[in-house]
Parts: sequence; C-alpha cells; structure tokens
Amino acid sequence: MKALLFAVIAATAAAAAAAEFAPGDRRSGYDFAGPESRAMQDDDTANPGMLGVLEGETLWATKAGAADRSCADCHGDARTSMKGVAARYPAFEPALARPLDLEGRINRCRTEHQRAAPFAGESEDLLALTAFVAYQSRGLPIAVAGDGELRPFFDLGSELFHRRQGQLNLSCSQCHDDNWGRRLAGAMIPQGHPTGYPVYRLEWQSLGSLQRRLRNCMIGVRAEPYDYGAPEAVALELYLMARARGMPLETPAVRP
Amino acid sequence: MDQRSPEPPTRRLVLLTAAGLSLAPFARPAAATPAAMEEAIRALVGEATIERGKVKLELPPIVENGNTVPLTVTVDSPISGADHITAIHIFNEKNPQPYVAAFHLGPRSGKAVVSTRIRLADSQQVVAIARLSDGSFWSDSADVVVTLAACAEG
Amino acid sequence: MARVLINLPARAKRGEVIEIKTLIAHPMETGYRLGPTGATIPRDIISRFLCTYNGEEVFRAELYPAIAANPFIAFFTVATESGEIAFSWTDDHEETQTEVRQITVE
Repeated sequence: MKALLFAVIAATAAAAAAAEFAPGDRRSGYDFAGPESRAMQDDDTANPGMLGVLEGETLWATKAGAADRSCADCHGDARTSMKGVAARYPAFEPALARPLDLEGRINRCRTEHQRAAPFAGESEDLLALTAFVAYQSRGLPIAVAGDGELRPFFDLGSELFHRRQGQLNLSCSQCHDDNWGRRLAGAMIPQGHPTGYPVYRLEWQSLGSLQRRLRNCMIGVRAEPYDYGAPEAVALELYLMARARGMPLETPAVRP
Repeated sequence: MDQRSPEPPTRRLVLLTAAGLSLAPFARPAAATPAAMEEAIRALVGEATIERGKVKLELPPIVENGNTVPLTVTVDSPISGADHITAIHIFNEKNPQPYVAAFHLGPRSGKAVVSTRIRLADSQQVVAIARLSDGSFWSDSADVVVTLAACAEG
Repeated sequence: MARVLINLPARAKRGEVIEIKTLIAHPMETGYRLGPTGATIPRDIISRFLCTYNGEEVFRAELYPAIAANPFIAFFTVATESGEIAFSWTDDHEETQTEVRQITVE
C-alpha cells in the first residue's frame, strides 16, 4: 500500500518536487564508497581534504584587497560565525535577486567587502576557503529548502535534473533516482547527494567543487557542461541540496 | 584529452619523427611489464633467494580508484637484535615504472608496519620485498583489480 | 611551503611504540601525463622522506611517481626520550621542506 502511495506521488509530482526516496532509503555517497575511502574520510589526520581546510584557515585570517581586511576582521572566529552557514547554501541574495552558492557568496564578500579581485572558479584558494567554511558545518543537517523566493530556481534545477541530455541522452534522475546502488562500469552509482563538498575526489587527487563534479557527469553523458557559476549550475546545486535536506554535512568528504 | 584528426605531414612533423619522438596524441609510455618488475627485483636482491613469508601486503582486492590506493605492509620480524628488518621495497607490474617506494627501518622503528597511498594504472600484481639484516629477502604479493571512474572527466 | 598534516602523540611513555602519520600537499606529477598541447608535463615529485628523532634517523623513504598525490606515509617509532621529531620532504629539485614537532616522554 505504501509502495503504491509513493509511486503515485512520484508520478504526479516528478517535475515539481524533490525526488521521493522511500523512508530510510536516502543515503550519502559515504555509504556507497568502499571501506578504505570511508576510513580516509574518518581520520582527520589522514584525510587529504583536510589539507585544504588548513589552507583555508590561513586564508580566513589573511588580509586582502583595497579594504585590507581578512574574513576574520568581519566574521571573527569561523567556528562560531560560520557554524551552520554551509548547510543552508545555496541561499537567496536579495541584492542580485538570485541564489548564490557558497563559492559565489565568498567571492561576493571578496569583491564587495574586501575590495579584492574575486578568486578564479575552482582555484585552489577558493576551494580551500570554501572547504574551511563548509567544515564549520560538519555534522549539521543540510537545511536548504526550495521555497519562497528560491522556488523558480529550484524548479529550474529540478527540470535540469530530470531532463535527458547529451549524446547518451540520459538524465541525472535516471541514474541517481532510478538506478542508485547498481554498478556503472565497476563503480557503484550513488544517489547524488552533495553531502561533502568541496570533496576530495580520488579521481582528481584534489579537492573539488560540486560544480566540477556535475561537469564530470555531464561530460560523461557527452553533454556540454555548464560554465562555472552559470545560472543552470547554481540552480542544479540548489535542487540537489534541497533534495538532500536533513542529511548531515560531511565536508571534506572523500569519494572515489 | 580531445580527439585530434591526423594532420598532413609538415616539415616540423617530419623532423620530429626523424628525432624519434612519438606523434600520437594518445602517446602512452612503454608500460612496465612483469618482466621489467622481475628485472627490478633482481637488481635489488642479486643472486639471493626471495623467500615467501614474514611479509603481509595489504591492498584492497577491488580498488575504487587507481589514482589513490591505500597500501599497508607489515613484516613479522624483530626490529632489533641479530636479524632485524632493514628495508621494505614495493614493486608493481603494469605502471610505467616497476618501482613504487622503498622504506628504510631500523632498531628504533618499534613495529615494522608502513602505510601509504599508491597509484595503480591497471589491474596488476603488487609485490613487497623485505630485507633483513642477515641479507635474506622475504616477500608477499597481492593481485589487485583496479576500477576507474565510470564517467571520465575529459 | 606545502601544507602538512602530522599526527603524533604529544606525550608518550618511555619505550612506547607510537604511530606517526604524515600527509603533505603535493601533486606528485608523474612525468607521464600529457598536457593540453600534447606535450608531456614534466615530472615533479617528492622523492625522499626522512624522519629524525633528536637528530638521529628513525625512518627514511624513497618515493617514486607511483606514490599518490598528497603523499601519505604512516610508520612507527619508539618513544625513547623527550625532544624533537623532525620530518623532511625533498623533491626532484633537491628542495627540502622540514617540519618539527615536540614530544614529551615520561
């Protein structure tokens, strides 16, 4: 009876609502990774992502720009001021009337308040600072909802998630909603929840953002990937974070 | 890496070919072969016999990503005294080079256990050889299946 | 100066066997990868690692391109006396980075 109910919900609300996983079925990529990768993530002194977090800690205290200010000058101790922040990004920025992801938020602070040049997309510095900020929310439940002012962007993200694309003509949903837990060329398909970004991906041998991971997937289906910072990319991030609402943040996660 | 269609020969290409350099966009270095690994191991041990035992090489049997593979090698040998372990050498079959690492231990090591993370280009055999102070060599090997990311980054 | 993570106990009992874990940020460029122009990206790796305990060598390693980026090395040593444990990483250009940690041995 329950299965039928969920099937009906899924069928009628496919495009509008977050994917409905059966209760207890929602799992982080951590659960799909092998024991060695999990062990690497669990040990802060052996997790290569922590090198980025440490780098970010230094950047947090480094003065920059014409305003000669560091993040710490406005925000103080990140452990208190940044706690919970990453868990609610992407968030709506009223001045721009659109959502910003964490990287976008950091760059906006950089240009508006530090009066410094923004960090280049996917640069080491930006990844390190993002990892440091997100690390302050580790263990906290993701608290992004796609409602209110975010609704149109959430809807766009949802549409992109369910849309077939690329030469392989596959949608994100087909793998990550319908076939998670099965294997694709030896790799187990996760559900695609962004619980640990920026993530240390073994394939990259470095930290990387959610947008980079999405670009990998899009190239995988032979679609033209979104540019870093493109509205589609942020909309998709927003959708994915809302879809993962309630799951704890694991930054910096280790994934294959 | 993107596909490049073959270009018509130019003067530069001809000169490069003459110099013996490869032109293929997907040029791969000559990979080590099991024979190359054997040769490298022989260079280390000389005429000595390599005995099986004392060494335990731990690698995941199925590797999630060949770019970063956790490895632990344990040698059941006294650390100091008459016959103690002095070094552990790691070799592989199919990477471009047979060498992976050499670890030098001594009487102050306490325990002959070393962990690191290695790269494996393909499914292959990895060999660990321990050298003891009496000149004897002991080894263990592990056969590893290497999987790569399903969707290449490009 | 590359970022380093070192895990070793700040205090230990005399004779105790302690585990030391080290992690350093480094791409460990193998020398086999092709760059965007098709030219090989030159090799650039950390090739030697040394640990000394109050100046005496207690562990040494030679590393090859097969060691993964951000090299992780974990090993053991006996806590013999209080003092300094020093870690040095040397790359292909013979440039060395050294980190020092204090240990108190009771």
